[in-house]
Amino acid sequence: MLKIADVEFSSRLLTGTGKFRSSTDMLAALSASGSALVTMAMKRLDLAQGTEDILAPLKQSGVKLLPNTAGARSAKEAVFAAELAKEVLGTNWVKLEIHPDPKYLMPDPIETLKAAQILCEKGYIVLPYIHADPVLCRRLEEVGCAAVMPLGSPIGSNQGLITADFLRIIIEQSNVPVIVDAGIGAPSQATQAMEMGADAVLVNTAIASSPQPEVMARCFASAVQTGRDAYLAGLGVVSSHAVNTSPLTGFLTSGS
Amino acid sequence: MSFIDVFKNIPQAELQLALYSTTPQQVERALQRPRGNLDSLLALLSPAAEPYIEQMAAQSVALTRQRFGANLGMFLPLYLSNLCANECDYCGFSMSNKLKRKILNTAELDSEIQLIKAMHYDSILLVSGEHETKVGIDYFSNVLPQVKRHFNHIAMEVQPMSIMDYATLVEQGLDAVMVYQETYQRQTYAAHHTRGKKKDFAYRLETPDRVAQAGVDKIGLGVLLGLDDWRLDALLMGHHLAYLEQQYWRSRYSISLPRLRPCTGGIEPKVVLTDRGLVQMICAFRLFNHELEISLSTRESPALRDNLFPLGVTHVSAASSTQPGGYSNPDTELDQFDISDDRSSRQVANAIMQKGLNPVWKDWERAWM
Repeated sequence: MLKIADVEFSSRLLTGTGKFRSSTDMLAALSASGSALVTMAMKRLDLAQGTEDILAPLKQSGVKLLPNTAGARSAKEAVFAAELAKEVLGTNWVKLEIHPDPKYLMPDPIETLKAAQILCEKGYIVLPYIHADPVLCRRLEEVGCAAVMPLGSPIGSNQGLITADFLRIIIEQSNVPVIVDAGIGAPSQATQAMEMGADAVLVNTAIASSPQPEVMARCFASAVQTGRDAYLAGLGVVSSHAVNTSPLTGFLTSGS
Repeated sequence: MSFIDVFKNIPQAELQLALYSTTPQQVERALQRPRGNLDSLLALLSPAAEPYIEQMAAQSVALTRQRFGANLGMFLPLYLSNLCANECDYCGFSMSNKLKRKILNTAELDSEIQLIKAMHYDSILLVSGEHETKVGIDYFSNVLPQVKRHFNHIAMEVQPMSIMDYATLVEQGLDAVMVYQETYQRQTYAAHHTRGKKKDFAYRLETPDRVAQAGVDKIGLGVLLGLDDWRLDALLMGHHLAYLEQQYWRSRYSISLPRLRPCTGGIEPKVVLTDRGLVQMICAFRLFNHELEISLSTRESPALRDNLFPLGVTHVSAASSTQPGGYSNPDTELDQFDISDDRSSRQVANAIMQKGLNPVWKDWERAWM
């Protein structure tokens, strides 16, 4: 089972709540995904007016909500967003995302580390969204982050794991769960991440923007499971040439 | 360094010639690599791209949904004043127009705010004529805190200001500034702006630089379509956008594509932009810049707007009034221009949902900004 900060999750697929056509579509997809941890932008919640409230149906559905700090451009804004989430949703979990660049939404490593340190000291369970930077992952782990969330490719881009080589290093080194976030556009890419040994993946755009979000959510659920099973079973070694059974050294073991 | 330094080296006559001599082959090449490529933008804005409009629309829809999901942001203009010290022959607020002039006081502003909140809006566009002495930084500094208490997102469309004034307003919660060049063609600009500070083409052209330097989150560009050759104006706006993105990576950008509308004492468009042309422009900009916000106002008819909602726009106003105090007293005839889509915000929201899209009222949180 996936375990983040002593909480166990039945599914290794995390999902989001943005970009759906309606809350009906969203709930159907979340349910089909089997996801047990669902992220949601604090900036979208209208706490004063309660119009187009996406919160009520989410709460009813029983999934664990992971508030995110999307929209924050600095550590200060992100910390404030986390505090707001705690006050409103009663959770000290936060997906930390800080992107001062509104075009490619690239996470700011400096502000993220700063905010992570502050929030961890305050007792938050911090899951930072970052570039696939192995050293930054180490640093975030050192300040107390409960998991790391490196990107596969630019958020919403559906380009898959273009950071694969660095994800491998992160997965190899990490002592906290590695959740591959952003850029996963097809179930096969989710499988690939899980086969590499990622602890979980987060998928939003590929599900929410699909013409059939519910069907796509189900596809991702089984893709994640398949990748995990394959990882546990142990994949064969990739070789560039055909390998037959020990043509050179077979004599050492063959009973002659 | 500001855009004016870049602008004076843009060969406008050559670009115009290129626009009208683009070949289908160049359009097809542009469709292969439209992103961030100004040559491709030129080809996609050219008459030669017209036969490719369906293909452009298909790409535009897909790119817009991928980036923005099913969301369409809802906003509303709030007119603070119709005083103006400029003479612009296309605008109802022009100083020589015999129009009752009005500046909202605190009580009137409050009454407008209450009515707008009742329509569920959380994103507001403050608009005024350009009158620096009576409706300048002092007035804006007075009203901004009052408005920010009720709206998470505040944009402004007022006269160009200094970096310092913009910075003051950012401190008070200003999130976006819309400043439309109207036309990038100097002679045309001079012909339409005959009195007042707006005559200064260069000062206006440099305004987005100042807005960005003051740390405003979002910058809106626009041209008034109909003043001159829209293809060239749109292309030059593309050059402006590309420059700004290169210089100011922390800013978010939006464009508006207003077509000239009837107003008191107004002029006829020199060049008519057809519906087909408008669609071509929206799609060309989406293919050029996947992240660009594109705003659609109530200048357009309900039927056209309903068809444009899915095509590439990201922000929509509904049930707008274009006069100060217009939500409290609708029929006082102080308007800047006549709107065309007069449906209620609820009706427009329903039309959006019928297109399989999601009207978003709140997407910003003032508390942590």
